[in-house]
Amino acid sequence: MTDENSENKMNITRRHMLAGMASIPALAMMGGALKASDYPTAAVNTSGLAVTDDTVTVGILHSITGTMAISETGSVQAEKLAIEQINASGGVLGRQIEYIQEDGGSDWPTFAEKAKKLLVQDKVASVMGCWTSASRKAVLPVFEQYNGMLYYPTFYEGLEQSPNVIYTGQEATQQIIAGIDWVSETKDAKSFFLLGSDYIWPRTSNKIARKHIEKLGHKVVGEEYYPLGHTQFNSVINKIKLRKPDVIYAIVVGGSNVAFYKQLKAAGIDMTKESPLLLTISVTEDEILGIGGENIDGAYACMKYFQSLDNPNNMEFVKAFKERWGDEIVIGDVTQAAYLGPWLWKMAVEKAGSFDVDKVREASPGLEFNKAPEGYVRIHENHHLWSKTRVGLAKPDGQYELVYETADLVEPDPFPEGYQ
Amino acid sequence: MNITRLFDRSEWLGFAAIAAILLILFPSVIDIFRLNLVGKYLTYAFVAVGLVLCWGHGGILSLGQGIFFGLGGYCMAMFLKLEASTPENTSIQSTPGIPDFMDWNQLTELPWWWEPFNSLAFTIVAIIVVPSILAFIIGQAMFQRRVGGVYFAIITQAIAAILTILIVGQQGYTGGINGITDLRTLLGWDIRTDSAKYILYFVNVILLLGVVMIAQFVKVSKFGRLLVAMRDKEDRVRFSGYNVSDFKVFIFCLAAAFSAIGGAMFTLQVGFMSPSFVGIVPSIEMVIFAAVGGRLSLFGAVIGALLVNFAKTTFSETFPELWLFAMGGLFIAVVMAFPNGLAGIYSTYVKPLIARILPNEQKAANAAQATKVPTKALAE
Repeated sequence: MTDENSENKMNITRRHMLAGMASIPALAMMGGALKASDYPTAAVNTSGLAVTDDTVTVGILHSITGTMAISETGSVQAEKLAIEQINASGGVLGRQIEYIQEDGGSDWPTFAEKAKKLLVQDKVASVMGCWTSASRKAVLPVFEQYNGMLYYPTFYEGLEQSPNVIYTGQEATQQIIAGIDWVSETKDAKSFFLLGSDYIWPRTSNKIARKHIEKLGHKVVGEEYYPLGHTQFNSVINKIKLRKPDVIYAIVVGGSNVAFYKQLKAAGIDMTKESPLLLTISVTEDEILGIGGENIDGAYACMKYFQSLDNPNNMEFVKAFKERWGDEIVIGDVTQAAYLGPWLWKMAVEKAGSFDVDKVREASPGLEFNKAPEGYVRIHENHHLWSKTRVGLAKPDGQYELVYETADLVEPDPFPEGYQ
Repeated sequence: MNITRLFDRSEWLGFAAIAAILLILFPSVIDIFRLNLVGKYLTYAFVAVGLVLCWGHGGILSLGQGIFFGLGGYCMAMFLKLEASTPENTSIQSTPGIPDFMDWNQLTELPWWWEPFNSLAFTIVAIIVVPSILAFIIGQAMFQRRVGGVYFAIITQAIAAILTILIVGQQGYTGGINGITDLRTLLGWDIRTDSAKYILYFVNVILLLGVVMIAQFVKVSKFGRLLVAMRDKEDRVRFSGYNVSDFKVFIFCLAAAFSAIGGAMFTLQVGFMSPSFVGIVPSIEMVIFAAVGGRLSLFGAVIGALLVNFAKTTFSETFPELWLFAMGGLFIAVVMAFPNGLAGIYSTYVKPLIARILPNEQKAANAAQATKVPTKALAE
C-alpha cells in the first residue's frame, strides 16, 4: 500500500515542489532545476569525465543495424526522450545532457569495442545501452575495467550482479514466479509445455519455471529449444497437440515469434479458447507489431509494464513518447525500462552531488522513482529494481489488457536459492 | 632457398614499408585505444593472407574461414577462461573453480576435454593443430572426391553454420551465444592493461609478418607455381602426374592454421570469443577483406583487412544510422572499378610510376608483368 500512497502524494504535490522547494535535494530529484554554479565542475567531477560547466556527456549504445535493431530502436527512443525531458527540466546538477550514440550493430564484439570507445575516448559519465545478454556479457569486463556505469534495460536471466551495472529490467524470477502462480491459481493449470529459443535467457528462465512448477506440485510435459531465427515450429506444435498441456510456456525471441504464432494459429490452436492457454515472457507490444495482433489474440504475457497501463504517469509518458516519435509507435516493456535509465542516473548523480561513478554507485541503492510509467520503483542493494509483476491479455489491436498485477513490488533476486 | 630471393626488390620495399608502418608509425602516432583496434583488425589479416594463398593462388574459395579463426580463438579463450576461473574468483558460484557459464548450466565438474587447456603449451599446440586437423578432414573428404568451386564454397559455409549451431546449442560446454567472456590474465599477466596491449600488438604484428613471409615462401616456391597451375587448369596438372588433391589439402590446412593464429591473437587482444566470429557472415566478411585488398597480393590482404575494418569503425562512429550503406558502397565501388583490389591499383598505376622514377626497378617490373595472370583466367 505504501507504494500507492507515495504515487498519489507525488501527483498532488508535484507542482508545489517545482514551484518552491527545488533547492531541497531530495525533492529536486523529482524535476526541479539545480544551478550548475552551486556545483563547481572541479568538485563534481574528480575522475576526468566529460563534464563541463554546462554540459555532461553520456553514451547510448544499442544496435541500430542488424537483426536486433527492431528490438533496440524503442530503447534508443526512450532514452533520448528521457534525456530531452531531463534537459528541459534543467538538466543534471544544472548541466544539460549531451549524448554520443554508438551502434553495436547486433554484433557482440562491436559492443565491446564501442563501449571501450565511449569510456576511454569520450569519457562519458554513464552509458544507457545493451539489449541482449550476449552484448551485456561482452561489455561487462570493459565497464568493470574502466569503471563505467551501464544502465541495462532488458528483462534477463539474472545470475549477475555487477557494481558497474544498474539493471532497470526484471531478472528472471521477477518475471516468472508470480505469472506461474497466477496461471495455476486462476486458470487451474496443472501441466506445462516449456519452449524457447536456444540461449541462456530462455534456458535459465525455463529452468526457474520448471523448478517452480514442480514446487507447486504440477507437471512439465515437454521442454524444447530452437536456434535463434528458427522458423519451422510444426513438429513442436504437433507435440503440443499430442501432450495436451494446460499451458504453453513460450520464450521464443526475435523473428522466430512471427513464424511460431502464425503456425500455431494455422494448426488450429485458438488461444482465446485457453485450451491450451499460452503464457509468454518474451512478446511485448513491439514484437506484436511483427507477429500481427490477430495472430496472437488471446495469449497472456507476463511483464512489468504494458503500454495500456492506466495510471497518470503512464498516460503522460505515452503521450510524450507519441508526440516525440510519432503516433504509430508502440511501447513495450523494455522501452519503458530503458526510459528509467537516464532518470535513475540523474537522481543518483544529484543525490551524490557528483558525477563520479563511485559516488553514483554508492548513491543508487535505495533511490525511489515515483514518476516511472510502470509506477513507483526502487533500486535494490543488488542494483536491480523492485517492480511489480503484471499479466496482460493480448488483444487483436496489438495491445495488452491488464488482467493481474502483484499487490506489492517483487524483490529482485538475481541468484535465487533453490532455483538453480 | 636464399632469404634474399624470397621477395624481389619492389616486394622487399613493400614488406619493409608495411613493417615500418605497423611497427613504428602506428605505435608512435596512435593512442593505445586505437592501436588495440588496429591490432584487432590485423588479426583478420591472418585470415586474409591465408585466403590469398588458398583462393587467390590456389583457386579454392572457402567461405568458412571463420571456422578456423573461431577454433583458434576458442582454444585460446578456454585456456584464459580456466585461468580466470580460480576457486577464489568464482566463490559466488554453486561449484567454484569452473567457468561461470558452466555453473549457470548446472555443470558440476569440468568436462574432460577442457582439462588439457590448463596447460599453455598444450593450448598453443592445439591452436594450430585442432583447426589444421579439421581442415585436413574437410579437405580430404572434398578434394579426394574432386569437389571444387562453388560446391566447395557452399560446403564450407554449411560447416560454418553447423559449428555455430553446435557452439550455441552446447552452451554448458562452450558458453553458448554469449561466448567465453571476461578473460583476464595469461599466466598471471593481466592482458587488460595498456602495457599488455602494447606488447600484444607487437607480438601480433611480428607473428603477422612471419606468416606473410611463410606465405611468400610458399608463393615463390615450386609449390606456389603448381597452385597457380591448378587454379587455371587443374586437369593438366593432374595429367602431368601430380596429386592435385594433396596439394589442395595442404594449402587449405595452411590457410586454416593462419586463420587460427589470427583467432588466438584476437581473443588475447579483445578479451573474449563468441560464435559470432565462427558463422557465415564473418566468414564472408573475411573473404571481402581479401577481395578489397587484392586476392593475389599478400600485402594487399593485410592492407585490405586494415582498411575495411578501419572504414567500418569510422563510418559506424560517424554515421551510426547510415554506416552499412557506406560500407556497401565501398565494396561495390572496389569490386566494380578494381577487380584486383587495392593491390591491383598499385600494380597498374603506382608500380610503373615507381619504375619510371627508379630505373633499376624496370627489370623487376617487367618480370612481374610477365608472370601476371591473365585477367580472363581470374574471372573463372
